Amino acid sequence: MGVLFEDGNLALFRDGFLRTVELSAVSAVLALLLGIVLAAFRVSPVPALRVFGTVWVNIFRNTPLTLLFFAVTFGLPRLDVHLDSFTFAVIALSAYTGSFVCEVLRAGINTVPLGQAEAARSLGMGFGQTLGLVILPQAVRSVMSPMSSIFIALPRNSAVAGAFSVAELYNWQQTMTDKGYAIFGIFFWVALAYLCISFSVQQLFSFAEKRMAVAR
Amino acid sequence: MSAGSASVLYDAPGPRARLRYRVFGVLSVVGIAALLWFAYSSLADAGQFSAAMWSPFEYARVQQRIVDGMLETLKVFGLSALFSLVLGALLAAGRLSDHRPVRAVATAVVQFFRAMPLLIMIFALYRAVFSADPFWALVVGLSLYNGAVQAEIIRSGVNAVPRGQAEAAYALGLRKTSVMMTILVPQAVRSMLPAIIGQLVVTLKDTSLGYVITYSELLYAGKLIASNTSTPDGYPYIPVVLVIGPIYIAMCLALTALAKWIEARGRRGTNRRTPAAA
Repeated sequence: MGVLFEDGNLALFRDGFLRTVELSAVSAVLALLLGIVLAAFRVSPVPALRVFGTVWVNIFRNTPLTLLFFAVTFGLPRLDVHLDSFTFAVIALSAYTGSFVCEVLRAGINTVPLGQAEAARSLGMGFGQTLGLVILPQAVRSVMSPMSSIFIALPRNSAVAGAFSVAELYNWQQTMTDKGYAIFGIFFWVALAYLCISFSVQQLFSFAEKRMAVAR
Repeated sequence: MSAGSASVLYDAPGPRARLRYRVFGVLSVVGIAALLWFAYSSLADAGQFSAAMWSPFEYARVQQRIVDGMLETLKVFGLSALFSLVLGALLAAGRLSDHRPVRAVATAVVQFFRAMPLLIMIFALYRAVFSADPFWALVVGLSLYNGAVQAEIIRSGVNAVPRGQAEAAYALGLRKTSVMMTILVPQAVRSMLPAIIGQLVVTLKDTSLGYVITYSELLYAGKLIASNTSTPDGYPYIPVVLVIGPIYIAMCLALTALAKWIEARGRRGTNRRTPAAA
């Protein structure tokens, strides 16, 4: 347990913790944007976009995250794309998570009663208005709980970034283990940090769910 | 509603909307083609499609390595799937128990392992217990995490069985064990099978974490191939990804197809009592 309070390990731990939070937050925002765009593709009236969305989602949902990290970290530099490891991690994580967000959103769109879209259309709203003003606000409420499990999984998945040289919590665990501190003590602190992050995300979502709840 | 409209979001299009869709369609096809061409040409410009880059795959030893990696991946997947289902059933039984201490312990175990990043656990197991044999670190880690998730799936399935089923069984004089085993669990497993197989797909994908603890599964085999074969055009990382990615995707899609098939079969069974739609 003492590992945290020796040789300035606390500062490293704090940096790793903040890195994990930063990585998760940036990837969450990008994944959400990507997911919304892909979901719009998958329900659009243009067949080419629907096919593109379906293929994209099926590829990224069925590829292991570690393989995505591998492809981004070792593949992109060979195409003369040289970015730092943090950016690579953000790319891999948000591409992976975005396709899950898309699937949840699409399922949510399908749960909105048919009459809502019909009413919107009979008022003369176009595709964009129907989707943006009528369907999505209702769909978002019904997808809050599957969405929360995606975004609780995101910080956990971000641990893979540590294996691809982003200095976050897993990386700290690796470094401390290599320095020879007791493995259980290290595991305890890292586990505690991840539990805190998961718990905060969970609280955030239950707060949002309560705020958005409407009497039906 | 006309047969052509696939979505509730838009009407069967009129002539002007059809024209607009067609314009959008052409534009998006052009856009997608441009994207694909950009991807292709940047790969080609970097020499990723040169013969030298792909020639390592002609060697029998490299092919053998990929096949071995795949078999290792399947071995880890098979064992962890089995253990996680057994563990999931035990933990679900614990969470549904009538005894408060058992329930508390099972809940704590499930919550803890569900909240823990798998990689953190696998790495700790590898360094603390199984340092000689990453295989078991991977299998135990995968089984613990996925067992906790499967427990939640099974539990929610049991809770979703209509209450009348359990009440009727109790009224017939069955004990709790027989109510569980003969009435609730069969119905729960049937309704939850798609979710259970969905989690198995996650298990299959997570076997690639073995890469991090240098266990020789498919991804690590790929890494060895890429980093050990120097071609005149550089190390073949991208060809390796282009070979291994489709293998993973095909394995996962096969499992997903199994889930869909079972789901369709289950629907057919439950519909047998309802009158056929006109």
